[in-house]
Amino acid sequence: MFHALVAVKQVPDTTNIRIDPDTGNLVREGVPAIMNPYDAHALAEAVRWKRQLGGKVTVVSMGPPSFISTLREAVELGADRGVLLTDRKFAGADTLATSYVLAETIKAIHEQDPIHLVFFGKQAIDGDTAQVGPGVAVRMGLPIVTYAVKIREVNLEEGRAVIERKTERWTEVVETSLPVLLTCEKEIAEIPFAPLPDLIRSLRYDPEMWTLEGPCPFALDQIGVKGSPTIVYKMGTPPLPQPGEKINARETGVEEAVKFALDKAAKAGIVQVILGGAR
Amino acid sequence: MTTRRFWVFIEQEEGKVHPVSWELLGVARMLASQVAAEAAAAGDVVAVEGVLLGDNVAHIAQEALYYGADRVYLFDDPVFAYYRNCPYYQTLATVSRKYSPEVFLIGATTLGRDLAGAVATSLHTGLTADCTGLEMGEVKGSVQRLLLATRPAFGGNIMATILCRSERPQMSSVRPRVFPMPERNPNAQGEIVREEVEATEESAMACVLEFIHSKGESVNIEYADVIVSGGRGLGTPDGLKLLQELADELGGVVGASRPLIDSGWISYAHQVGQSGRTVRPKLYIAAGISGALQHKVGMQNSDFIIAINSDPKAPIFDVADVGIVGDLYQVIPELLKQIRALKEATA
Ligand SMILES: Cc1cc2nc3c(=O)[nH]c(=O)nc-3n(C[C@H](O)[C@H](O)[C@H](O)COP(=O)(O)OP(=O)(O)OC[C@H]3O[C@@H](n4cnc5c(N)ncnc54)[C@H](O)[C@@H]3O)c2cc1C
Ligand SMILES: Cc1cc2nc3c(=O)[nH]c(=O)nc-3n(C[C@H](O)[C@H](O)[C@H](O)COP(=O)(O)OP(=O)(O)OC[C@H]3O[C@@H](n4cnc5c(N)ncnc54)[C@H](O)[C@@H]3O)c2cc1C
Repeated sequence: MFHALVAVKQVPDTTNIRIDPDTGNLVREGVPAIMNPYDAHALAEAVRWKRQLGGKVTVVSMGPPSFISTLREAVELGADRGVLLTDRKFAGADTLATSYVLAETIKAIHEQDPIHLVFFGKQAIDGDTAQVGPGVAVRMGLPIVTYAVKIREVNLEEGRAVIERKTERWTEVVETSLPVLLTCEKEIAEIPFAPLPDLIRSLRYDPEMWTLEGPCPFALDQIGVKGSPTIVYKMGTPPLPQPGEKINARETGVEEAVKFALDKAAKAGIVQVILGGAR
Repeated sequence: MTTRRFWVFIEQEEGKVHPVSWELLGVARMLASQVAAEAAAAGDVVAVEGVLLGDNVAHIAQEALYYGADRVYLFDDPVFAYYRNCPYYQTLATVSRKYSPEVFLIGATTLGRDLAGAVATSLHTGLTADCTGLEMGEVKGSVQRLLLATRPAFGGNIMATILCRSERPQMSSVRPRVFPMPERNPNAQGEIVREEVEATEESAMACVLEFIHSKGESVNIEYADVIVSGGRGLGTPDGLKLLQELADELGGVVGASRPLIDSGWISYAHQVGQSGRTVRPKLYIAAGISGALQHKVGMQNSDFIIAINSDPKAPIFDVADVGIVGDLYQVIPELLKQIRALKEATA
């Protein structure tokens, strides 16, 4: 039976994030927590294939208990089973430690119930590294297709899939064996409206809570701060650049203002650039 | 005596190098020089080295020497004819174990991002993503200087400096155009080391059935000398024609802020900023762009910036070398007129 797994992360809605000008700290209050948008699209694609082939979709997430709301949202969007990896000792993980915990978990789920497609978002909009997906693929020894924009074909009998991925230069049509790990662009699927039964089910859904106590064993030196080779040394706001000169065309007239600007450009030595253009 | 190796992944596809590779050789040279004194005192040697994978790419290895590599490790084999994650990451991990580089830099391109996370995981080391600042700095508790990698996070709202204390190599991915292109020196000497290729077609786990090149224009705004960018202040998609006219006059290309891509006025390839391209042209003209942080991070390294905005308080003026407060529909035609006149005068 078809089985897809989706890794979902809860993130602060970065469109609403700001810095307190007095303290220079990140203001998290009042910033809504959402499902990482790329993960939501990946989940939509997983659910689409489930509806086509029959089977089920499992979602996993590593984070504090407040992530339960995101797993409920996943159920609303059509996931059947949710697993939350939550333990204080998981906290402070960099991408290496995160990929370890997720890989061990996915392996454990795969042993219970073989997985065909492992979905990741292209990147999380808070950490923004896009490193966790490739890390998990390496740890599991799976082929990986990053920047996936379309799944053309999933053939369970032959154990292969055909997937399109979009790079800077072209679109590649890739054939891989199953299981395969994908990191998805938003184009992979539209997020549909939740059918009523899923919506109702999600309201009361309690995800499985996996901790260090079990059911999956984790090596203590591979998780959390201990398992993370990188540390955040310092944080700050981006440096303020030196503003240049400004001229108000409404006061000087447009002709004067443009002349002023081209003069400045000439003094900065870019006249050749301006004159060099095609005629 | 040990050799402290500063490594750069030389990215190529179809025999064409991604210029970020040369930018990174420049960065590696800078980092190496920052530990030169420390290394000399300890009797160590410092080297900048490239790693190159491909099929028939020896000429690129030679080119890497011109851009500052002391040595290039070359894996030349048909299995690397086009990029695939598995054979690439396994090869890089193996060669890295063999030579134990101290620092390993990879371009944060679609290819490099696919690759870097896999290599770092395989080597069980730290990787900082999309760095905009790199420095070998003194850190309490460490005898040697460490790589201090600064990167934007939370959608560009904060900058975090990250280090990797004990695992090696210290890895970073770096966006194209964040660092300047070093000079090419055709007299530079160096060594090309041909490495044995272990990767096989079977180990690739994936094969590309087809490459689809997108039809229509393919702009490369990353490496354009002049960019004329428009934002929501254009008001209508027709405004882009005016920008195109100015861009043509300057031999440049048109860029855009994200809302124009979101509303389908122009394709993603033109987007400048955090979730688009980072650019550093000689001249950047921003018309009707407010200057949100996510836009600024993509263009603030340009050599010269002219901003045109009707709002005197628009934050774009903070990064502009010269700002014109006014209506772009008056300013740009006047710019065109004066530039044409300038050309006449010097012709
Ligand atoms: C300011 C700052 C900077 C950082 N810089 C770095 C750095 O340079 N290098 C580094 O190694 N770490 C870094 N980290 C730590 C990193 O953010 C965390 O390790 C995080 O858990 C995963 O990285 P990401 O958010 O970048 O995920 P990405 O790799 O961007 O996420 C890709 C996909 O992986 C899945 N995924 C990611 N996290 C989870 C999760 N917790 N549960 C389920 N699925 C998940 C999702 O499908 C997601 O779409 C940084 C953290 C902060 C706060
Ligand atoms: C995670 C994240 C990633 C993002 N990535 C990017 C990115 O890569 N690139 C990007 O650009 N944005 C990005 N954004 C969006 C960004 O925050 C801004 O919303 C966007 O840059 C604003 O575009 P704008 O300046 O064109 O529009 P606006 O902010 O609406 O500015 C329009 C400006 O035009 C001026 N104007 C109006 N009429 C005229 C006229 N006739 N003449 C002259 N001036 C006029 C106005 O004064 C105003 O300043 C991102 C946002 C997030 C949250």
